[in-house]
Order: sequence, then C-alpha cells, then structure tokens
Amino acid sequence: MNGTRAVVLGAGIIGAACARELALAGAAVTVVDRGGPAAATTSHGEGNVLVSDKGPGPELALAQLSRELWPTVLTQVAERSAEGHRAAQAAEWDPKGGIVVATTSAGAHALARFADSQRSAGVRAEPLAPEALREAEPYVTREHTAAVHYGEDAQVQPAGAATALLTDALAAGAALRGGEEVCSGVVRGGRLTGVRTTHGLLEADLFVNAAGPWSGALAARLGAPVGVEPRRGDVLVTTPQPPTVFHKVYDADYVGSVGSGEEESQTSAVVESTRAGSLLIGSSRRRVGFDDRLRPEVLSAVAAKALRLFPSLARVPVMRAYGGFRPYVADHLPVIGADPRLPGLWHASGHEGAGIGLSVGTGRLLLHLVRGEPPPVDAAAFRVDRPAVLRPRQYQQQETT
Amino acid sequence: MTVPAARRVAVVGAGPAGLSAAHAALAAGARVTLIDAAEEPGGQYHRTVPETYGPQRPVRLQHGWRAFERRRRRVLAHPRCTWLPRTSVWALEQPQPEHEGPPRLHLLCAGPADGAGRTRHTLDVDALVLAVGAHDRVLPFPGWQLPGVCTAGAAQALAKGERVAVGERVVVAGSGPFLLPVAASLLDVGSRVLEVLEANTAATTARGWGRRPWELAAQAGKAVELAGHAAVLARHRVPYRTGRAVVEARGDGRVEEVVTARLRADWSVLDGTRRTLAVDTVCVSHGFSPQLELPLAAGCALDERPAPRCGPAGDGGADDARKSGRSGSLGAFVRVDEQQRTSVPWVFAAGEITGIAGAPSARAEGAVAGWSAATGGSTPRDPGRRRALRALRRSRDQGRAFAERLARAHPIGAAWPGWLRPQTVVCRCEETDYGSLCAAFATEAGSASRVAKLNTRAGLGPCQGRICGPTVAELRRRFLGDAPERPAEGLPRADPHRRPIAQPVRLGELAAPSAPLTDPGRRPEEESSS
Amino acid sequence: MSPRLVPAQRDATGRRDRPLRVTVDGVPADGIAGQTLAGLMLASGRTSWRRAPSGAPRGLFCGIGVCFDCLVTVNGEPDVRACRRRAVDGDEVTTHSRAGHGDADGPGRTAREER
Repeated sequence: MNGTRAVVLGAGIIGAACARELALAGAAVTVVDRGGPAAATTSHGEGNVLVSDKGPGPELALAQLSRELWPTVLTQVAERSAEGHRAAQAAEWDPKGGIVVATTSAGAHALARFADSQRSAGVRAEPLAPEALREAEPYVTREHTAAVHYGEDAQVQPAGAATALLTDALAAGAALRGGEEVCSGVVRGGRLTGVRTTHGLLEADLFVNAAGPWSGALAARLGAPVGVEPRRGDVLVTTPQPPTVFHKVYDADYVGSVGSGEEESQTSAVVESTRAGSLLIGSSRRRVGFDDRLRPEVLSAVAAKALRLFPSLARVPVMRAYGGFRPYVADHLPVIGADPRLPGLWHASGHEGAGIGLSVGTGRLLLHLVRGEPPPVDAAAFRVDRPAVLRPRQYQQQETT
Repeated sequence: MTVPAARRVAVVGAGPAGLSAAHAALAAGARVTLIDAAEEPGGQYHRTVPETYGPQRPVRLQHGWRAFERRRRRVLAHPRCTWLPRTSVWALEQPQPEHEGPPRLHLLCAGPADGAGRTRHTLDVDALVLAVGAHDRVLPFPGWQLPGVCTAGAAQALAKGERVAVGERVVVAGSGPFLLPVAASLLDVGSRVLEVLEANTAATTARGWGRRPWELAAQAGKAVELAGHAAVLARHRVPYRTGRAVVEARGDGRVEEVVTARLRADWSVLDGTRRTLAVDTVCVSHGFSPQLELPLAAGCALDERPAPRCGPAGDGGADDARKSGRSGSLGAFVRVDEQQRTSVPWVFAAGEITGIAGAPSARAEGAVAGWSAATGGSTPRDPGRRRALRALRRSRDQGRAFAERLARAHPIGAAWPGWLRPQTVVCRCEETDYGSLCAAFATEAGSASRVAKLNTRAGLGPCQGRICGPTVAELRRRFLGDAPERPAEGLPRADPHRRPIAQPVRLGELAAPSAPLTDPGRRPEEESSS
Repeated sequence: MSPRLVPAQRDATGRRDRPLRVTVDGVPADGIAGQTLAGLMLASGRTSWRRAPSGAPRGLFCGIGVCFDCLVTVNGEPDVRACRRRAVDGDEVTTHSRAGHGDADGPGRTAREER
C-alpha cells in the first residue's frame, strides 16, 4: 500500500484500529477527529471483548477473529515503543472469561439452546453446575436456573486499548489531527477525493468513516448517508471493593436486549470488576438521540437487576455513573466496507456496544477489503448496500418511556 | 402587600448563604424546603459542638453567632419551611427540553451519614437555590498523603465541632486569610502552633489588599474578625511568615517533620532556604474549591476566572504572565446575574460557588437569591423591602469586590509544580504520581482529559477527583495549552467537577423505588410510612 | 501521641460528656456522644485507619466528607466517611485496606491470570 494516502475520520477505537492496520501496511495515514482521540464513545464504554453474547453468524466470526488478535496486537504494541508499552499496560487486557446466568426456567432453556448453537460455531461454552458456579462466583445468587461459562470472554480498559492502537499507528507513521472537524466532501469524477475541514482541504485516495454514533451525520455531510444512529448505554461504577466478582457475569436477558431495536429503555444486568477493584454495572440501552441527561430511574432499574444477580451487593456504594452513545444499526450488524455510491469512501462503524472488542478484527478486515484480498471473515453481511444501512429510520428525538 | 402565589423553593445547603436564602424566600411568601447533609444548619462557617455535648456556654467567640442563631430559629420554626437535615442530594435530573423549570431533586433522606438504609425521594419545585459551599483546595507536595497532614478545614472542623485538637505540634501553611482563624481554633483547643506560613510574599499580599482600600471598609466585620484572630496569634507568640511554604512532609507512617522553604512571588523555591521542623501535624489550605457538581448537574454555565497572576513586577500584566510561565490556576465558579440567577431558568446560586468571598457576602447573596427564587426577581412593592433589597445587593457587590481583592492578595503562584518530584502522589485515592501524569499528557494518542484520566486513574477513586481534579486539569493545561477540549455532540465537556452522581448512593438504596416529596411541612419519614 | 479531646473541665463550652465505647477492629475505643468516628479515633490515639492501594497508611485529611480518605466499615456498612458519621455506643468499626487487591503495582503490572 506504499504511497496510498488514507484519511481515517474518527480517532475512537475503531478509527485507531483501522489507522493502525493501514499504517502498518504502508499507507500514509492521517487520523482526523473533531475532539480528542478516544474521548467520546470509546472512553464511555465498558471494554467488552465478548464472544458469549453473539449467536452463530458473521458478527460472531468477527468477534472470534478479534479475540484471537487482541493479545498479539497488544504484545506488538508494547514491543514497538515505550509509549506503546505504557499504553498496552493501561489497556488492562484481562481474559477473565464470562458467565451467563439465567434466573427463570424459560431463561434456562433459551440459554441452553443459545449455548448449543454457539458451540457448533466453535465457541467454548461450558454449562456450569450449581457447585461449579458457586466456586467460580461465590457471591452470585442461589436463585439461578442455569449458568454457562465462556472462557474466551475478556475485558479491556477501553481508553487504554484505543490509546495503545493509536500510539502504534503513530509509531508506524500515521499523523493525528485533533480538534479538526470535517465540513464537506470534495467529489471529482464521482469519486471522493478530499474533505474540507475546519482547517482546510485534506486530499487522499481513501477515506474511512469511523465516527461511531456520529458516522451517520458525517456520511450525510459527505453526500452518502448511512443508517447509523446513537443508542445510549449507562453504566454504574461502585467504590473499590475487595474481590467479589471474578468474571464478567451477566443475566441471560442481556442476550435478548443486545439484539433488540426497541426504542424504549431496556436494562439488563452485567456485572464485572475492574483491576482497581471497582465494579462496573450495566447496562441500559435507550434510543434517545444524543440526550445526555441523567435518568435516575434508569440507573435504579440497572441497580435492581444487578442485585437480582448479586444480592449481597446491596450495601455497596455507587460513586459514578457514565453514559455513552453507541453506534446503532437497525439490523444490529456493523457496517464495514466500501460505499458503492461514492468510491473513495469506506465505512467502519455501527458496532453498537461491541465496538471495543470488535475493533481489531474490523481494522484487519478493512485492510483486506481495501487491498482487494480475500477477507479473513465473510464480510458480505457488513456491506454498506443493505436495507438497514441505506434506508435509515430517523432516531427518536425523545424517550418514549 | 399581596403575597404572590406561594412558590415552592428548594434550598440546597444550610450554611450562611443557604440559610439566608431560605429566610428571604420565606419572607417573600414561598414554601421552602431546606436541605443539608448535616444534622444542624450552619455549614462549615457556623460549625459548633453538637447538642449531645450538652454545652452550657455555646460558642460565644464565633463571629455573627447571635444573628445566625436568630435566623436559624426563625427559619426552622417557620410553618412554610420543611427542614431536611441529614439529607443528601445525590442527583439532579434536568427536565425534558420542552419543559420549563428547575431540575428534579433526587434525595437520600433521613439517615446517618453514609448509612445503608436511607430512603430515596424526589422533590419537584418551582425554583432551586444552590448554596453548597466550598472546601479547602490543597496543592500536592511530597508527603502530603501521610497521616498527620490534613486540610486547614479539617483542623477547624474538629476543633470547633468536636473540641478535638488534631495535633500537638502543628504548622499551619498555605495561603489566604483562612489560615488565621484555623490557627486560632487550634490554639483554642490547646495545640502548639509552631508557625503560620503564608506562601505569598508580603509584597503580593500587600499589593492585593492595599489597592482601593475603600472596598475593604465595607467588609469591616470581616476585617475585625481577622484582626481578632491575628491578636490571638500574637498573644500566643505564633510567628506568621509570608513567602514561606511547606514544600515537603516526611515521616515513617505519619508526618514527623516538614520541610519549609522561602518562595518567590511565583511560588518557586529559593535555593538555600529549606528548613526542617519537627511536627506531628500539618494543616494546609491553598484556597478554596467550590463544590460544583450540583450546579453542573443542573446545567449551569460556569465562568473560568483566571487567578490573578503574580510576578516580580507584580502588576498582573502580560509581562508577568510570561515571566511566571502560564497563569496559575483557573478558578471556575457558577455564573450568576444581578438576581443570583444562573444560566438555567429557575436555578439560583449563592455563596462560595459563585466566588470565594466569605460569610457576609454569602449571606447577602443568599438573601438576594432567596428573594429572586420566591418572586421571580420582581421588585418589591413595599418601599421598605425595596430599600432592604437594594442594601443587600450593595452588600453583595461589596462582597464581590472583596472576593476579587482576596484572590489578588492570595493567588496560587504558577511555579508550585516545582515542589513536585516524579514520584509525588497527585491523586491521593489512586496514588497516581506526577511522573505518570506527565507521561500521559505527553502521549499524543492519550492526552484527552477523559482518556488520560482513565489511563492514569487520576480522579477515578472514591473522591471522584474532588481533591485532585482541579490540580490535574491545571497540570494538563501546562502541558497542552489552554485550548478547550471540544466535546462531541451530546457529550458534556470534560470537567474536573462533573459528577452526575453527586454523592455516593448504595445499590440497595438506588434499586428501591423513590417516592415524591410533595407536601412541604411534612418530613420524609412520615411520607414514606404513609 | 498527638491528637486529643480537650478535657471537659478545661473546655470553654462547658460541655457535659456522655461516654460511649466503640470497637475498632475489635479493640475497644472510648469517646463521647456527639463525636464523629474520625474524631473519636483520633482522640483515642489512632492517626491512621485505612490503607491505600500501595499499602500506605491514611488518616483524616479533609475532615468534611470530601476526600473519602477516612472510609471505614461500620456495623457491616462499607465505605462510611468516618469524619461525617457520629459514633454510636457499640459501633463496630472495621478499617479498610485497598492493598493487595487493587492495582497496587501500578501500570507495570502484568495482566491478571486467567481464572
């Protein structure tokens, strides 16, 4: 790719992963972000690197690719530079594994079926007998009906992970331009050849739209709108605790709400600890546009569900709540590939709550697509010209609850 | 006089500003809910021993005590007032965009501090007065995390509120007139105050206070109060030294000695002036930090007021700024207008969150805010009231002038990071050191505030950046310049004071349903049991 | 020794003490009604009662509920600010330590082992 000029629009974790792959492959990469790198969606997420929440299909394949890449990528980053080493440490890679717990008999059946299908796709999903669950998670509710252990699930500190990827991209020669906003596209001969930013004209051979929940708006500015909309997620953070939760533990309901597009607020319990001892408790999914107002009753619902899973946490104080906007596509699949309407424009977006985990696989996949090589996973499902992407619904301006 | 339809006003904070706001709002006919985390009104300023101490001679020394006591009784006994002690406002919920009115208050009611069984309530009002005050700002220095190093406010609270002396051999250090009453309180409970160290040079202080002396006359009460404290110090032969600071604390498991040093006007250390002094306690305050989480949660705009610069030539001009590097810290305060209105309709602010100006000014601001909240800021028809309001505004304006003068006389010198070593702890909770912060800010891909915070953990611990937040923000500015970070659409600007969960709430409390508090005059315990 | 309560007979407020006793990690500590747990612990000779992630001792810092450095567990309720909680006769106070299960070694530490 020597000599190819690439501009990555968005310095979140997806943009960082794409920039890294392109730069390592020899492209002259410029990363542009209107704010600071990793400062928006990336630093407002939980850092999921999950295979457990995905059924067999193209997204699971991308998740498996990403899961395989993560440890290698972080090792490479750490070895390349001192800054990279620091950033890779801050990424807090933790292959802790996930445990999905069902609390109803219907949930138990659904979970068993789901895990079965995942196993057929190569996922390690081991049913846990009650004693085994208690040993793995001593504080989890006794009132459960089934549990499955997913040894491949892992966690990162998302801002650290993004910093690591971007630091590596910069070490490979990429340039970063923060505080620069894209205003419009320059189209010559039907091809996107440049973008006008608040700082001037930026020309390149290819442009990657990696603007997360804002990529719908950005694509519209470039003349090729895509149906990526914000979906809000809220997370509670407790004070540091002695070791209480050892895996990523979640309620089997979560599987249902990830794949749903309901506008109204949905909550399910996802509980895990961070390296410093705080518990992260998610999550809600609300399609409320870019509305950042705190909704205590949503947080209350999240807390109630978490206590159903871990009743003994009732006295643990919540010290912080944060919410982020995740890039949502109506059919719940990312958008990765060339825009057939506007040559020169590529998209890497729409990962909703899975973008942290899927970032490294997305970067790798994009590189293959750009080079016209056979992709490591089937990319057809992520293509841009599919109904959910090309015929976007308008997101709800306000909460409907 | 006709009383306007009784508006419901919530006042958060029952210190001098909040109590005064409640008083004025009641006088203007409003129904008032007064909320404070403490058992009794008074805030930090009117702190006194608890009832359970059975004091027979309650604090006579305190300035303005009698007037405070009178106002406290009137407010708490008023039939239109609901007093909610031991209550935390843990969140403010902004209304839907098309809905007018102040945010909804989310309360944790009627429980011992950080208790586990508090009940969750909501409160909807027509107007909200925020009067939540400030706490000591302490700049980091090597060893400041050792037990035995505490804030001047801590020493004051324990002496006045509990009759406990925090130490035997004490140094009081930092900047500002607050050091004097703290030293006096320590002497009162029998500590030996070895010295009081004002970091600013005599020249800086004199220049700051000396200009436009007529402004000070209006704050005569404050001056008399300070003179009283100074006399106590003199009587106990406590040296008051200017241009000297504690730049390090040392000890094995607790502070055993401090290193003090002479400072230049910009707070850089003069070589050869370090002295060690055996102590068991150091009380430090470099100024005050307003508690801005609730104003920010309400959506109030802040003003960044550059701290006055200080340099050898000392006129605060551009030359000085260059000489002393970047200007020192930026102080953020809630922006208010003549009526104490914030940028958010029906949200008012009073007291230290609008500027550090001391109790008299806080009282005046509180009264104006209370009046405005209760009436919408209309001019009173009654001529007596009109005159009273005018006098209050005048007093408030004098208070603001005093605040400016205070900031000029006791600025934070720009060179204080020279005290730090790479291993010096900056974030006390997470033990993030200065070297790690510098490295994070120097990492191009990780220098955004939020990202550096997550990567270094500075500000992520139990205090949520209340202590280190402004310091980390200032260090970042030194590295990366003053350009504000641009937030993405929908996301708030990174702000060291942003804490949407304003006080910790236990998961069990949060998970339990909340009930609205509707009827002023009734206590939450009664409502929840009905 | 250093911090202490002003003896009642020498206290200008003329207070009348009502003694109470709490335990701190099982060890009895005496105080008077109205004291905060921080005041009580200081006056009974403790200057620190919490350990930071590195294991370093911490004591009272801000005294008014802002710094969260004085957190203790009281009768099983974790994370109570000792400077704000009034002591009640019979309170069982347990001190905190974040050492050993936090990120004590800082960014140099390697990833947690797989469980």
